[in-house]
Amino acid sequence: MTVVSAELDRRFRDAAAAEGLLDVAYELHESPVGTLFVAVTDRGVCEIHYDADPEAEADRLARLFGTRVLRSPRPTDEARRQLDEYFAGTRREFDLDVDLGPARDFGRAVLEQLARVPYGELTTYGALAGRAGKPRAARAVGTIMNRNPVPIVLPCHRVVGSSGALVGYAGGLDRKRLLLELEGALQPG
Amino acid sequence: MMEAVRVPPFERFYEEQRGPVLAQLRRMLGRDAADDAFQETFLRALRAYPTLRHGRHLRAWALQIARNVAIDALRRTQVTAAEVPDLESVDEPLPYEELRRLTSELPHKERAAVFLRYGYDLSYEEIGNALGQSPEAARQAASSGVRRLRRKELS
Repeated sequence: MTVVSAELDRRFRDAAAAEGLLDVAYELHESPVGTLFVAVTDRGVCEIHYDADPEAEADRLARLFGTRVLRSPRPTDEARRQLDEYFAGTRREFDLDVDLGPARDFGRAVLEQLARVPYGELTTYGALAGRAGKPRAARAVGTIMNRNPVPIVLPCHRVVGSSGALVGYAGGLDRKRLLLELEGALQPG
Repeated sequence: MMEAVRVPPFERFYEEQRGPVLAQLRRMLGRDAADDAFQETFLRALRAYPTLRHGRHLRAWALQIARNVAIDALRRTQVTAAEVPDLESVDEPLPYEELRRLTSELPHKERAAVFLRYGYDLSYEEIGNALGQSPEAARQAASSGVRRLRRKELS
């Protein structure tokens, strides 16, 4: 079995991105909430995933964005740098484009409203539904939050139940709590 | 019924094919030139990837691109053929140019089989697929080609 050296491998992965030949570039990134799968297209960040199975994610992204999906760190550098700053407490807003891919209509409207929920503040599923134009669609908003392709950057952790209960989080409630504590929206405990 | 085979994400294609591609490029070009050709091979594969209609025969496809890249490199460097090797004792597959010269007078089917076996290190199953034959027919064509070469060398 011929082994490709790390250097040769890295050169190809860099060149593939530099030549603009990728539909999606991704990298795994260590963070205080575990390893994050971070994927970008040339239009923006298209996925952040907790506890990802990279092979399954590559399959999914290939169906959504095109088959040229490659682990290639460089295009993801800016997003990962901003995530590091966020976790270090030195960044309150992300300055990143987001590629929502095939999200349409109400789903897209909700995610666009979600992007405006400020750092350290909480909102409710119902309030978000109202801002997206369907005040009675709190339950649908819950589903959309659960499938948020770009958590952290699109802050679905800031959305809670009308009673103030955290309700749910695709990455698990512990992570939701940790992010809200980091932002000062919840007291540690 | 034949199941449609989806084109895999490029990452998986690359992980599965990079070893065999580098091995073939080294056989054809040597270690140093193979590194440059490696990158070029997979960049070409990336450019062509969206045109693939299914995920079958990807190994053969990758090795074909590698071969084309290597031939281009060989044309540029004007590699000259060395002495006639002893096919029997070969465990490392032969450089492309050498094999091409050596097999130039074989019947078409035998030449193709010898080439794919000893030049590209394909299995008889892969050769059979590539040539539209059974693995056994591919094995027979390759071994009868080798016998013919050996007779020629002795005479």
